Amino acid sequence: MQATESMRAIEPKGGLGVAIAATVRRDLILMLRRRSEVLNPLVFFALVITLFPLGISPDPELLASIAPGLLWVAALLATLLSLDSLFRADFDDGCLEQLLLAPQPLPAMVLAKVAVHWLLTGLPLALMAPVLGLMLALPAGSYLMLALSLALGSASLSLIGAIGAALTVGLSRGGVLLSLLVLPLYIPVLIFGAGAVQAAILGDGGAAHLAILGALLATALMLAPWAIAAALRISING
Amino acid sequence: MWAFIHKLGSPKWFYDISERLQPWFWAAAAMLILVGSVWGLAFAPADYQQGNSFRIIYVHVPAAFLAQSIFVGMALAAVVFMVWKIKVADMAAAVMAPLGAAMTFIALFSGAVWGLPTWGTWWMWDARLTSMLILLFLYFGVIALRGAFASRDSGSRAASVLAMVGVVNIPIIKYSVDWWYTLHQPASFTITSRPSMPAEMWWPLLLMVLGFYSFFIALTLMRTRSEILRRESNKRWVRDLAREEG
Amino acid sequence: MAFDSLQEFLAMGGHAPYVWAAWCMTAALMLGSLIHARVERRSLLRDLKRRERRAMSEMPRKEVNDA
Repeated sequence: MQATESMRAIEPKGGLGVAIAATVRRDLILMLRRRSEVLNPLVFFALVITLFPLGISPDPELLASIAPGLLWVAALLATLLSLDSLFRADFDDGCLEQLLLAPQPLPAMVLAKVAVHWLLTGLPLALMAPVLGLMLALPAGSYLMLALSLALGSASLSLIGAIGAALTVGLSRGGVLLSLLVLPLYIPVLIFGAGAVQAAILGDGGAAHLAILGALLATALMLAPWAIAAALRISING
Repeated sequence: MWAFIHKLGSPKWFYDISERLQPWFWAAAAMLILVGSVWGLAFAPADYQQGNSFRIIYVHVPAAFLAQSIFVGMALAAVVFMVWKIKVADMAAAVMAPLGAAMTFIALFSGAVWGLPTWGTWWMWDARLTSMLILLFLYFGVIALRGAFASRDSGSRAASVLAMVGVVNIPIIKYSVDWWYTLHQPASFTITSRPSMPAEMWWPLLLMVLGFYSFFIALTLMRTRSEILRRESNKRWVRDLAREEG
Repeated sequence: MAFDSLQEFLAMGGHAPYVWAAWCMTAALMLGSLIHARVERRSLLRDLKRRERRAMSEMPRKEVNDA
C-alpha cells in the first residue's frame, strides 16, 4: 500500500497514456525480436489450409463451398496456438508482477498487451487469408469481406483468448486446458465471421454480419479487460 | 440484511439450517418426480405426431432447464464468493458443476435418442442440441480449471471468474447458434416446440420440472454440507460434531 | 390411462427402446449422483471420527510429555 502511494506521487504527467505507450512499445519490440513466435501462427494457418484439399478433394467447386468455414476455423486455431505465449514470457521473468504492482489500472495495461497480440497475430492472419482463399478457390467478391471479418473478429478472439491465457498462465500444463476454456467462447465469433464471408459469396453483402462482429467486439472490449485483470491477479498471487 | 448475509456466510450456520431444510426438498423431489413420472409415462395421451416417443419430453425438458439454471446458479454463487468472500458460496458452486454437467449430458442423451424416431438419425445439428453440447464443454472447462490449481483458493477464484465469463457468454452463444440454425436448416421442426400442448400433457411436465429443481436444491445442500466438513475439518465445531456422533 | 395393458405400456407403441433408454439414463445418473453424495458424506464423517479418536487417544500422552 505504502509503495503504491509513493509511486503515485512520482507518476509523470499523463501517466496512463505514457504507461500504455510504453507497454505497447515494449511488447512490440519483444515480439519482433522473437520472430518465430510471430511467424508460427501464420505458418500453422497456411499448413492447415494445405491439409484440407489433400484430405478432402482438390475439386474447386467443393473447396469453394467450404472455404469460408475452413479459413475461419483455421484462423481461429492459429489464434488459439499463439495465446499460450501471450503472458507466458512475462510470467516467467516476473514482468507480470511488476505490471500488477504498477499504479496504473491493470485492465488498461492488459488491453495494451492484447492490442499488441492482435496487431501481430490477428491482423497478419487477416491479411494472409485472401491468399489462402485463392488457393481454396474462394469465389470472387468475398476476399475483402474475408479480410475485414477476420480483422474485426480476431480482435474479439484475442480479447476472449486472453482471459483463458491469464487463467492458465500459472499452470505448468495449461495448453490443453486453455483450448477447452476458450474454444466454446469462440463460437459466436466463428458463426458470424464465417457467416459474413458466406453472405458476401451469396451476394447480400455482409454488412449486417460485420455489424454484429463489431457489437461482439464492443462487448468484449467492455468486459474482457476486467476479467483478464482479475484472472492475472489470481494466477500470480497464487 | 448485512447481518443475515454474514450469518448465511458462516459455514456452521449454513450446516445447521441446511440440515433442517434438506428433508423437505428431498420429500418434494421424490413426490413430484414420482407423480410426474407415472402421469407422464402412463396417463398422458400419446402425441398425435410423434406417438409415444414424445414421452421423452418429461426427462429432456426438465434436464435442459436445470442444465442452464445450474450454470446461472453457479455464476451467482461465484459472484457472491468473489464480492463478499463467502466461502460457502464457493463450496456450493463447486458441487453444482458436476451436477450441471450430468444434467447437460442427460439433456443431450435424451435429445439424441429422441432424434432417432423423430429425425431418423442420432444426431442433428439442431440449435437446442448444439447449444447443449457447447454448455457441456463450458461445464467441463469450469470443472477442469478448478482441479488444475495446486492451491484450492486459486482454483476457486479462477473457476469463479470463468463461471462469470461463461454466464455472460451463454445468451450470446445461444442466440448466435439459433441464428446459425435458422440460416442453415430453414424448414425442419424442433422437437420440443409445438404450438399448443393440451393440459394433460403439460401438467406432468410441470411436475417433473419442479421435481428436478427440488432434487437439485436437495442434492446441492447435501453435498455442500459434505464440502463444509471437508474444508473445515480442523475447525472446533466440526471436531465437536465428530466427537458427539462418534 | 393411455395404455390398455402392461405389455402395451412396456412396448410404448413401438418406441420402447427410445423412451426407456432416455428414462433409464436419467434415472441412472440421478440415482448415481444421490448414491455418490451419500457415500461421500459417510466416508467424510468416518474419517473425521477416526481422526478425532486418534487425537483423543494421543492427548493424554502429550500432556505427560509436556509435564
